[in-house]
Amino acid sequence: MKLFWKNKDFDKRRKWAWPYVIFCLLLVVLPLIMVAIYAFTDVSGAFSLRNFAKFFSQSNAVNTLIYSFGIALITTVLCVILGYPAAYFMAIRSYRVPAVMVILCILPMWVNFLLRTIATANLFGIFGLPLGEGALIFGMCYDFLPFMILPIFSSIQKIDTSILEASQDLGATRFQTFRKVILPLSLPGIQSGIIMVFMPTVSTFAIAELLTNNNIRLFGSIIQDAINTSDMLNFGAALSLILLVFINLTTLIGNHADNKPSIH
Amino acid sequence: MSQYIIEVNHVSKQFEDGTMAVNDVSLKVEKGEFVTLLGPSGCGKTTLLRCIAGFQVASSGDILLNGEDVTSLPPNKRSVNMVFQKYALFPHLNVFDNVAFGLKLKKINRNEIEKRVRKALKIVSMSDYEERDVESLSGGQQQRVAIARAIINEPEVLLLDEPLSALDRKMRADMQLELREMHKKLGITFIYVTHDQEEALTLSDRIVVMKEGKIQQIGTPTEIYNEPQNSFVADFIGESNILDAVMVKDWLVHFCDHDFECADAGFGEDQEVDVVIRPEDFYISKWDSLTPDPSPEGEGSNKSPWQLRGEITSCIFKGVHYEMLVLTEEGYELAVRDYRCFEVGEKVQLLIKPEDIQVMNKECLYNTFHGVVKEDNHVEFLDEEWEVSERTADRFDVGEEVDIEVDFNHINLQDDEEDGVLCGEVHSILYKGDHYHLTVRTDEGVDFYVDTKDIWDKGDRVGIKIAPSWIRLYKVES
Repeated sequence: MKLFWKNKDFDKRRKWAWPYVIFCLLLVVLPLIMVAIYAFTDVSGAFSLRNFAKFFSQSNAVNTLIYSFGIALITTVLCVILGYPAAYFMAIRSYRVPAVMVILCILPMWVNFLLRTIATANLFGIFGLPLGEGALIFGMCYDFLPFMILPIFSSIQKIDTSILEASQDLGATRFQTFRKVILPLSLPGIQSGIIMVFMPTVSTFAIAELLTNNNIRLFGSIIQDAINTSDMLNFGAALSLILLVFINLTTLIGNHADNKPSIH
Repeated sequence: MSQYIIEVNHVSKQFEDGTMAVNDVSLKVEKGEFVTLLGPSGCGKTTLLRCIAGFQVASSGDILLNGEDVTSLPPNKRSVNMVFQKYALFPHLNVFDNVAFGLKLKKINRNEIEKRVRKALKIVSMSDYEERDVESLSGGQQQRVAIARAIINEPEVLLLDEPLSALDRKMRADMQLELREMHKKLGITFIYVTHDQEEALTLSDRIVVMKEGKIQQIGTPTEIYNEPQNSFVADFIGESNILDAVMVKDWLVHFCDHDFECADAGFGEDQEVDVVIRPEDFYISKWDSLTPDPSPEGEGSNKSPWQLRGEITSCIFKGVHYEMLVLTEEGYELAVRDYRCFEVGEKVQLLIKPEDIQVMNKECLYNTFHGVVKEDNHVEFLDEEWEVSERTADRFDVGEEVDIEVDFNHINLQDDEEDGVLCGEVHSILYKGDHYHLTVRTDEGVDFYVDTKDIWDKGDRVGIKIAPSWIRLYKVES
């Protein structure tokens, strides 16, 4: 077999990727290495595991991590519950949902999330609703719902109409067709929706600060605090690394569930 | 109980955009028959099939299944199953689960399901593929699974929507034979949709030829091939020479400037008709000056049996036979098929036996319209004013309603749409030996029939003009 990087075309075109490669090295790989270095050293620069020991000994930090995961989980579940039906009705052609509806659902994505969050806080003020946990979950759902709708919408839209007709033809009712055909075929959409909502909500801090008047602190805020405090930079790096590992673990679990065994 | 498994009574289907996909179609199918709906794309065959399956609800008319009205019953409540053009297998299920889909919905016990799935897979020769992912199968294998999935519910009717069109030629031929075998073995009624006339001839007990939502002819493959009822059917099924002719009297027809004995009667005297002669029905031989004239002048023992003579203008080898074009002395171009090869430029003579001449009624003899006489020698029809000759106009009062007739060969087609009174598009073309018979459809959807020697392509935009002296007006008969 010919190796793809020996391919002449590949050779010619791969230089187009250089700008991105440099960008990635400078702004993704290098910072990651630095975070890792800081996490495993103390203020003097010597190797140390104290930062991690500190995290696991501080129940406050551990609890905040669990709480952040909990909030992210609730947000994600709510987004699935709210987003799936919306995506479903927009994607199934026979319902003839006008294209404008689709755009309206996705429109919030075009506005910076900080603007949206500040607007949400003001909205709660206007209606005299208290800021706090409820406002936080509402705000996160509002911010991240489009990221759930979009992948589900496209996974349902991709299903060939004749497959749905085949199901109906074989005796399935509308509901059976949904449960046995549409739902399983839209699982990859749900999965990427979950990743796109869960990962950013776990590490968010600005939304929490704005919608709870700084009363609820998520893990992101703790990291931010640590980094902003002069002698805690190494601790902050360790916290970042821990979060990164946990997020990666959750996505790994998600990916594993998707790999159905198949014989070829 | 009705003897017909399917009865389609005056079914029409009009879509929301106004197109009439199926127009007043009636069809009766007997139990166990293999019926093919055949026609070019857009002829309504698939829509009719989808009406029978229940995916489309007929706008009018009714559909009976086993004597029971199912016109507005949803597909999951009908005892018919469908094989889709692009297989439509469930990509998230393996072969076994795809086939078992219908049975699982019926809550049949596991052992019974396994038994029946095995049996169905055996019928389509896919026994060892139960655990396979459907996307790893070839097109032919996928279609077999789709057939197994459709027959497992033991439907009374199996509907097949161009099931072989996505397969390559060789595979298609194999599957055709297998489908025929399956049909015999299962004893289920098959309704098959295709645009491939060869496939229809191979498979069917009966063929329903459709065009623009209407049935053109229903008959066995031999009837459809040998006795087409109109020029559309003749042109669509197989190669054919379609010529303008005049039925002189019973058993005698005139075309290519000669009289021919034929096997048809009952058309009346001097009636304009179309004749069809299949290329393989010509007898062809070399002609030289020694052979007597192929004309009726020679009488008695001198009379030559050969009827036409001409020159070979093209000869193409087609494997089993040669496909040749003969230009007769009278200027008609005929397609002739023979096992022997004749060189281009060679003089030949042709013979047609009476039973090989198929005489058909023309759909219409001239363009007819309805309109109103206007001032200044004009007549209005199709929302346009057309000039007529003074002599014609004088016979009518202004404002009088009239019927209008224009001969096919007196309609002028203009390259530039702006030059015509009306604009249209060349909708279909039929070669008639020495001229083309075109159907030009105006933007308003009215058809003009045009005979012309000019070459146009399907889809050409043209302007339609008629010289004033060729527009004939008649008083409206009440």
